[in-house]
Amino acid sequence: MKLQKASRYALYAVLHLASDPDKQFSTAEIAESYGVSIHHLAKVMRTLVRSGLIESVRGVGGGYRFSGNVRRTTLWSVIHEFESLESDIDTPDELRGNAEIVVSGLDAVMNEIDGLNRSTLDSITLKTLLRYGVENLDKAR
Amino acid sequence: MKKQDSAIDVQVASAAEIDAVVALDAEITGAAKADYWNDIFDRFAGDKHRAQRYFLVAKTRGNQPVGFIVGEIRAWEFGSPPCGWVLALSVSPAQRQQGIGTLLFEALCGEMKRDGATTIRTMVLGNDKTNLSFFRGEGLAAGPYIELERRLD
Repeated sequence: MKLQKASRYALYAVLHLASDPDKQFSTAEIAESYGVSIHHLAKVMRTLVRSGLIESVRGVGGGYRFSGNVRRTTLWSVIHEFESLESDIDTPDELRGNAEIVVSGLDAVMNEIDGLNRSTLDSITLKTLLRYGVENLDKAR
Repeated sequence: MKKQDSAIDVQVASAAEIDAVVALDAEITGAAKADYWNDIFDRFAGDKHRAQRYFLVAKTRGNQPVGFIVGEIRAWEFGSPPCGWVLALSVSPAQRQQGIGTLLFEALCGEMKRDGATTIRTMVLGNDKTNLSFFRGEGLAAGPYIELERRLD
């Protein structure tokens, strides 16, 4: 499993906003905090607004604000706005001979792996991820 | 044992609370299982329950049960050294997000640690987001065992 750049940027943004839900931040501020492209992040922010995870605040000092529940919003609820995380077996349209049996078996295995991946991502809330991050950094230091 | 915060007491379950446990479980699962919970009470908190079995109830100051947890230290099943298992945990939907689940879980961890357990584990349905995210939030992660099953029909 490999997370797309858009998913990673979305998690940066949502976690940044969720860590201080009363405050609003501009795309430029978030992009600078994480060292990412403001152009790419702006597209991600529009998707996050459409999903209802964040809201845009107009006017002077406007920006974005987290609009979910940090103890209920999971990593999957952010990531699935950008990708399905379905495994892809790179097969031709028409399978010959015994290839159909092997690919059918592989499909079942990949479905099992995809289900576990989604369950794991859907079990970890933003709040828990922030704690994991701090604990991992503490261990690494 | 008795653990309390400002508004909630966690105590060993008593027979008088089983009706409330049955009602709470029925509210959450949609099925009333009085026989099951009476049997659990006998085996985990009744007068003759075995050591290293725990059935704790969280109650409000008004003595109203609002959650419960059941657990046991088990040894050598699946080759595992002694380990605490959480077998059930429920908090009234109206009382969630106030830390009652955490109080119950921490009380159980304390009991099990005192009785020699060094690890605590549980099993949760893959689509049970509420319980999965709760246990993740308490620091549990995938362990060394993988649950496998098949249908027999």
